[in-house]
Amino acid sequence: MKPELMKRMVKGPDGVEFEVEPMRDYYCDAPPTVQHGAYIKIVEDFFNWARSQSLWILGFGTGCGAIEMRPLMTPRFDAYRYGIQWRPTPRQANLLVISGYLSVKTLKRAIRAYEQMQNPKYVVGLGSCTINGGMYWDSYNTIKCLDQYLPVDLYITGCMPRPEALLAGFEDLKKLIRAGQAEGANQYAERFDWYKANQKQVIHDWDMPDYNW
Amino acid sequence: MQFEWIKIPYALLTLFIVVNYGMLLGAFIQKIGARVGRRRGVPIWQNYADLVKNFGLRTSITHGVMFYLGPVFRLTGGIGLLLFVPTIYGSEMFSNLSFAGDLILALYFVFFGTLGMALGAGESGHPHAAIGISRGLSQVTAAELPLALAVFSVALQYQTLSITDIVSAQQGGVLHWTLFTNPLAVAAAMLSFLGSMMRPPFDVVLAPQEIPIGPPTEYHSSYLALMQTNRAIFPVAKIVVYMNLFFGGAASWPVFFLKVFLIYMVSVFVGVAFPRFRVEQSIRWFLVWAVPLGILSILLA
Repeated sequence: MKPELMKRMVKGPDGVEFEVEPMRDYYCDAPPTVQHGAYIKIVEDFFNWARSQSLWILGFGTGCGAIEMRPLMTPRFDAYRYGIQWRPTPRQANLLVISGYLSVKTLKRAIRAYEQMQNPKYVVGLGSCTINGGMYWDSYNTIKCLDQYLPVDLYITGCMPRPEALLAGFEDLKKLIRAGQAEGANQYAERFDWYKANQKQVIHDWDMPDYNW
Repeated sequence: MQFEWIKIPYALLTLFIVVNYGMLLGAFIQKIGARVGRRRGVPIWQNYADLVKNFGLRTSITHGVMFYLGPVFRLTGGIGLLLFVPTIYGSEMFSNLSFAGDLILALYFVFFGTLGMALGAGESGHPHAAIGISRGLSQVTAAELPLALAVFSVALQYQTLSITDIVSAQQGGVLHWTLFTNPLAVAAAMLSFLGSMMRPPFDVVLAPQEIPIGPPTEYHSSYLALMQTNRAIFPVAKIVVYMNLFFGGAASWPVFFLKVFLIYMVSVFVGVAFPRFRVEQSIRWFLVWAVPLGILSILLA
């Protein structure tokens, strides 16, 4: 563990000494719980419609596939027409696009970003690398199958998929959300131990709490 | 003065109209900005979907009491500004809670939400939020200065602090507007207006491309929904103050909608034409160009 993450005594500017334990003080270690939707079906359907019409993508490009997201913001493809926007902070985003290959180092960051997002949240795997490793299938430092580490709602295949394919994929994701089938966050909470075990299997320098929202 | 209970439903009606108008106007302005960039832009009802989505999130976390209160203060600033200013001139129904000294109170409310937000975002503990606050407060302070000077100049000109009286003094034709009777004050105020609408060139505080989104970095779900509601109300409320002080007020809702839209468009025109200022550039710009105009207008008034 890095020295700055250790429990230690710190002297403040006013001369008072106090104890700091970054792993406990800065994070929450409560595991995620399964969240139920609204009890009345029509309300939940309405929420699902709004969720599908307001996809806020976390501006976090993990691999080369991120280059395919940029044209979506520009006049040629203009994803804003479909209610798709980019947010710079995971707190406000509800869609994490794993864009292309995911190295183990980035996986750690992706997990932290994913866990800071609020339920319901969706994960889209972009490109072949997220499905079976793609051209990185025998790489020593990328993961092969994203599904084992984060609950993926939808894959968009291709190396790389064109922006049109992304738009079509997002439209499919909207159908899933409207049908109430995009419950990845609850799936993650239900099988939390399994996901954590998988994550820890590949991330060897695990210097963060198990759940860090 | 007797308080009349009927004012409460009237105030709620004003609020209802302004919230919906603000939501649609916001999306419409976004569409205009997109068209300038040759995009089609968001659907006109996008803000409603975003709002419902944020209210519909199932989890939310807190960082403390002020984190809760920040968006509440922000919304209070917007609603207070709207309700203490006569929305429709000459209408008993939509004059709401305006009173003899409401001009000073309006100036306070313009600043109130920003300060509340600063406290709330400060408690989130996120470094980006802290940087956003220091940028936002310094820019807003610099932008408020010309507005305050212009407001004092207008108060001197009409010898009153009541917005209703200022509006009634401007009735009787376009040439009676403050725009023509005191152009220097209006110029100073409109320059300050550019700074407070969170559009380029003065949107470095909230722009997502800068230090991630500034003060609201940690805000999400219902907190963010409250702030989005305020994003619909506050610009309209602020424009209502400008409309009443400088552009003759509005005697009916259609005139209101038109004037608010046109005044908003001033900041949009400037915004799509000019690139973004850094904070120190924008402060210098306000101090060099807007404040002298305001001082001059006071000296001449």
